[in-house]
Amino acid sequence: MPAFLNQLPIGLSIGAVLLLIALGLTFTFGQMGVINMAHGEFIMAGAYTAFLLGDLLAALPVAFLVAGVMGLVLERAAIRHFYRRPLDTLLLTWGVSLVLQQLARDLFGAPNVQVPAPSWLAGGVGILPYNRLFIMGLAVAGVVAVWVYLTRTKLGRRTQAVVQNRQLAATSGIDTGRVDMLTFFIGSGLAGVAGVALTLIGPVGPALGTYYIVDAFLVVVAGGLGQLRGAVLAAIALGLLNSYAEFWSDASLAKVIVFAVVIAFLQVRPQGLFVLRSRVLT
Amino acid sequence: MIRRHLPFATVAVIALVAAPLLLEPFRLGLLAKYLCYAIVALGIGLAWGQGGMLTLGQGVFFGLGGYSMAMYLKLAEGGGLPDFMVWSGVEELPALWVPFANPVFALGMAVLGPVALALVLGTLVFRQRVRGAYFAILTQALAAAMVILLVGQQGLTGGTNGMTNFFELFGQDLAEDSTQRGLYLVVAGVLGVLYLATRQLVQSRYGRLLVAVRDGEDRVRFLGYDPALVKTVTFAASAGMAGLAGALFVPVVGIISPALLGVVPSLELVVAVAVGGRHALAGAVLGAVVMGYAKTALSEQFAGGWLYLQGALFILVMTLAPKGVVGLAGRLRRARTT
Amino acid sequence: MRISRPILSGLLALALTACGSGAAPAADSDEIKVGLLHSLSGTMAISEVTVRDAELLAIEEINKAGGVLGKKLVPVVEDGASDWPTFAEKATKLIRQDKVATVFGGWTSASRKAMLPVFERYKALLWYPVQYEGLESSPYIFYTGATTNQQIIPGLDYLKEQGKKSLFLVGSDYVFPRTANKIIKAYAASNGMTILGEEYTPLGHTEYSTLVNKVMGAKPDAVFNTLNGDSNVAFFKQFKSAGGTAESMPVLSVSIAEEEVTGIGVDNVAGHPVAWNYYQTTDTPANTAFVKAYKAKYGAAKVTSDPMEAGYNAVYLWAEAVKKAGTTEVEAVRKAAPGIALERPEGLVTIDGDNQHMYKTARIGIIQPDGLIKQVWDSDRPIKPDPYLKGYPWAAGLAGQ
Repeated sequence: MPAFLNQLPIGLSIGAVLLLIALGLTFTFGQMGVINMAHGEFIMAGAYTAFLLGDLLAALPVAFLVAGVMGLVLERAAIRHFYRRPLDTLLLTWGVSLVLQQLARDLFGAPNVQVPAPSWLAGGVGILPYNRLFIMGLAVAGVVAVWVYLTRTKLGRRTQAVVQNRQLAATSGIDTGRVDMLTFFIGSGLAGVAGVALTLIGPVGPALGTYYIVDAFLVVVAGGLGQLRGAVLAAIALGLLNSYAEFWSDASLAKVIVFAVVIAFLQVRPQGLFVLRSRVLT
Repeated sequence: MIRRHLPFATVAVIALVAAPLLLEPFRLGLLAKYLCYAIVALGIGLAWGQGGMLTLGQGVFFGLGGYSMAMYLKLAEGGGLPDFMVWSGVEELPALWVPFANPVFALGMAVLGPVALALVLGTLVFRQRVRGAYFAILTQALAAAMVILLVGQQGLTGGTNGMTNFFELFGQDLAEDSTQRGLYLVVAGVLGVLYLATRQLVQSRYGRLLVAVRDGEDRVRFLGYDPALVKTVTFAASAGMAGLAGALFVPVVGIISPALLGVVPSLELVVAVAVGGRHALAGAVLGAVVMGYAKTALSEQFAGGWLYLQGALFILVMTLAPKGVVGLAGRLRRARTT
Repeated sequence: MRISRPILSGLLALALTACGSGAAPAADSDEIKVGLLHSLSGTMAISEVTVRDAELLAIEEINKAGGVLGKKLVPVVEDGASDWPTFAEKATKLIRQDKVATVFGGWTSASRKAMLPVFERYKALLWYPVQYEGLESSPYIFYTGATTNQQIIPGLDYLKEQGKKSLFLVGSDYVFPRTANKIIKAYAASNGMTILGEEYTPLGHTEYSTLVNKVMGAKPDAVFNTLNGDSNVAFFKQFKSAGGTAESMPVLSVSIAEEEVTGIGVDNVAGHPVAWNYYQTTDTPANTAFVKAYKAKYGAAKVTSDPMEAGYNAVYLWAEAVKKAGTTEVEAVRKAAPGIALERPEGLVTIDGDNQHMYKTARIGIIQPDGLIKQVWDSDRPIKPDPYLKGYPWAAGLAGQ
């Protein structure tokens, strides 16, 4: 297969990584409007969970819980006081992210740690190694789970109600505080799952979160706040764009091109791919 | 009027006169550096505190100013190609560099370059009513992209190293303590003038309109004003300040590099403004100086501690004193009088 | 303007503390202060902390043996915070405020370039312990790591001996890889090797599937890797899972030492060659003592690496120059330094008088499954440093000459 055709599956697999890191953000940023800069550190927490357990499959649910509980604590302790000041949460959570990074450095040491990849992920099909296919599978599973949760469960539908109109949801008897807690728990937990998957392809160290956070936000912004299908489409599109831009130029330029395209795209669709219609006066 | 300006005047006089006398040259240089950051912070205070535009990419404008100045300084040395071009394998001075041999052009670009970029960006973004979190993330992405661009063009910009090793500014030896003292006075003076000008702007009708846009953009639009224009102009003003600060920063500190204008330094300044108090311009200035000093002092004491402390400070300020130190001081005073 | 009294007094206090900390204590007559300036926080801390540790060990050993000129060495440790301007600022502080006799510090080229004007301006001494891209020779810097003709060129000689005819160049986007690759291309042109590709990625880049696809598509005999830091982890993981092996396509690295191997994962990198001047396994009496002392001080699980050894050497070489000069005064030390030769863990190290670099033995090693590196090739004798590659006809025309 010619090298440029190889870039198609590679682009999809980059898209899967983007989707996985952004999936949690569609909850916390997308649904709740909280710019959680510590999202990257929740990913890092997931990766370190995999390091501590030494077993990838076992780490998936544990990392979900660990990162989820971290998110829950953050939400209860601080973020819930900030729902009317979204920009302040950005700075607050950046502070949290700094503390968590330094904490990781003190707990696990500054050097990267190694998470052994399971032997059944060695090898691959064509250009795609099994570990990339695993990540793609995980991304698909994550999207399906989120979709089912949002549309097929009572809690999920309540979440959507709160997103669309908080006051009305509250008056209808929904405990918005509980919904917020749960949403944050799930969003952060998904970051933890992403962290476990990333140990297959990247470094595991205190700086891990910083490598992914900007990309994750770009996906959510391009996809449209709170839009699952938007995030999926944006992740795939950005993955393919990245893959081909890098193939025909170089990695540095590809990054700049991706930024430029997102900015240009927001000129056409300022609210992202899909927009949640609302009549709320801002 | 005089009474109200008295405290500011006192601080200004102390800073201008006392600091060069009291501080040894190394510390005075540091203070000059903080004051450069304070100029950027003033711009952030204007754009964010007054206008509600959380800009996380002020480093980009700071960098444009800094690089313009650095290009002039490199060319003013004489002796052919700048050092980094020699080891990057560039054989002829790139066309982009040629006009920067002129100090007027270089200084002009240091301010007008950022202003122009902000005008273009602001027009594009604010016309489309991109705001709030979107705007913040876009400016952050801009800072990230700018760093990658600068690093990638090593022959043109010095790559990750940036530019350093400057010798003289307008014929003055930069290594001399007297030059550094003079530079300090210039920086302090510029900060003072810009502070007064910004205050004047904020208290004008325009300033009130800006605050109105911050608090209810749609309502302002319904009243017949154009919020996009107001925001764009303000954003451009803050960008110009950042550019000027960058141009002053380079001779004071002696280096400009992509590390100085990326996501993290841009965010650190926003945090400094938040800590000082975003709604008061004095808070922004104070925050930048205090945070700059804290960083130097704490990193001399314990390296990792700075990160904990910076993180903790944000969390505390955001939760307990959202109006920053200035707001806290105001609250204390009110508590005392009642 | 309602600037209140608390703020005013705060500003005053700030100004006062700033002066207070400015007063340097008078130098004690039986102490010599030396500065250690490395990144103890930020991304570079991973590497630089260990160099500082090695330098502290050397200072401790020298003090135990009676110090220098009968005086004890007192280290003043500062944090460069992985930020180049901070390096310049802290260097100024060490020189002007702490009045140290010399500074040992830096890792990245950028940090050295940022410090260089400071040391030249105040005529102070810097000992820089890491391999770098050459094309520099400051009178106020001693370079105890390798320059290009002691690392890159021996690496290429080794690949040539192994019959590798085509190379793919992969590097992080900064000065060292770009300069190294320029040298590699010139070498290849005159040695019958072909360069099939040259790719740079931003520092901290973690997505290597496209680049690995390009490498695999080009089918080079070997890859020359100048990636830095965490990018190595991502590159080797993704290279291996795409089917790259040390047998079919060896990746020669110049920035991976014993330290980094664990983080990358031994499985991912074992069998690949690296080029340095020193390995923990280097067989000299001085090294046996160094490794033993280092492990005793910092823990049995710690490894030693080339930059650590170069930092450790720097302290000894400076101390030797001071003894020879009879003073810590900078110009006297500079005059005394050329020709000083010491048996160090890497073998004989001699300070070159022309460019203040060291004569060093080049060594190629293969990464072993236990995470250590086994030497498979060396240059027989210490190579004279040649930062501007004046002794290599094929390098004529490279920048900086």
